[in-house]
Amino acid sequence: MSFPLKNIISIKDFSKRDINEILKSAEGLEAVARSKEESNSLTGKILGMMFYEPSTRTRLSFETAMKRLNGGVIGFAETGASSVTKGENLADTARMVAEYADALVIRHDLEGAARYVSDIVDVPVINAGDGAGQHPTQTLLDLYTMQRILGKIKGLKVALIGDLKYGRTVHSLSYALGMYGVKMSFVSPDELKMPRGIVHDLNQNNVVAQETSDIHEVLDEVDVLYVTRIQKERFPDPEEYSRIKGAYRIDCNLIKGKDLIVMHPLPKMDEIAHEVDHTPYGKYFEQAFYGVPVRMAILESLIKSF
Amino acid sequence: MGRTMKKPKEMKVKPIKNGTVIDHITANKALNVLRILNLPDKKSKVTIAINVLSANMGSKDIVKIENRELYSSEVDQIALIAPNATINIIRDYEIVEKGKIQLLNEIKGLLNCPNPNCITNTSEPVINRFYVIKKQPVILRCHYCERIVEEDEIESQF
Ligand SMILES: [Zn+2]
Repeated sequence: MSFPLKNIISIKDFSKRDINEILKSAEGLEAVARSKEESNSLTGKILGMMFYEPSTRTRLSFETAMKRLNGGVIGFAETGASSVTKGENLADTARMVAEYADALVIRHDLEGAARYVSDIVDVPVINAGDGAGQHPTQTLLDLYTMQRILGKIKGLKVALIGDLKYGRTVHSLSYALGMYGVKMSFVSPDELKMPRGIVHDLNQNNVVAQETSDIHEVLDEVDVLYVTRIQKERFPDPEEYSRIKGAYRIDCNLIKGKDLIVMHPLPKMDEIAHEVDHTPYGKYFEQAFYGVPVRMAILESLIKSF
Repeated sequence: MGRTMKKPKEMKVKPIKNGTVIDHITANKALNVLRILNLPDKKSKVTIAINVLSANMGSKDIVKIENRELYSSEVDQIALIAPNATINIIRDYEIVEKGKIQLLNEIKGLLNCPNPNCITNTSEPVINRFYVIKKQPVILRCHYCERIVEEDEIESQF
């Protein structure tokens, strides 16, 4: 059966069935992702990587996924001002790379860049993050992590914590969790609340989330603490920043005795104490690994259906 | 003398010979409509009524323009800020065409995305595109960056 989506741009393009299909394929590919089995499923296929913004993690995850399926990778990763594509517009660069590759992965600092590219090239396009916009493969791996570790998504209680205003992962994730009827809490300082456009979207789909600025209100009832970083740049006053930062920091003392797991899209700074890393609570490294089978499932579905 | 009893009369705007009458404009939006039509200009005769009584809208605005018919792109833009407007085309004092404005489900090229970080606000060769997710009040979503565009952000562009 061929996968119905040609591109992976926004989680909004997915039906629950599409998501379930990816999650199911990912589970079947885990042994290959862990190098316990081999696969030749994308032999001779090439993935074009267009990284206009540095993102070592996501790039390595996609590269690993493609290579585990015996495919090849081409592309570029910008590291700053010295741009290899300087002066050329995105449309032209994308058309060129699309001539060489069987699918494109794009990360860009402008919102809508991936949708724009998918409208002008013939090959499948995967959005690996567009500014403050979407990052759908992150959302899929987040869902997969919950499913793998907790055995289900539906019926879970999930708290999204930290910078809910600018953190794009929580925007896509809240939308997807809403599709599964997950009970959500949005925990953030007032300055960094979930944007009203997103709350509006959720309400349209009859999803209501509890909003609070006090993390203690949710600790007893949630299954997942999904933590995001609060960036210093968001606060002009350094004192205000350190006060806020402290109020949302996760350490063993806070979660001791609670029945929950801690997830994080990484990279993390000090919003989670290191002592949590080696406890059964901290699942973020496992979560990062799950990015590989999930991206394998995505690449296989798109390239084989195309 | 003393022949007539003064009765309050509905204000009548003088009929025009040729041109367009835009009626049932959302009250106080006539000036936005003029901006969409690039009016006033040096020669067009325009009559405007603002906040006048309307049988079914409470109050409304009316714009009459002599010797001008509208482009469909202008009509589509008017639909964004005055979704109940009607457009009457007048030729030789007769209404030859009367139509209610239709806000389409998708809007192309008529306005800019208010998100400065949207790919459409660059030098890329791209035409703006929005989905109408609600018609009254109008709420749009950018096809590219998916940002919600609300009524005040639409109006501020005209
Ligand atoms: Zn936009």
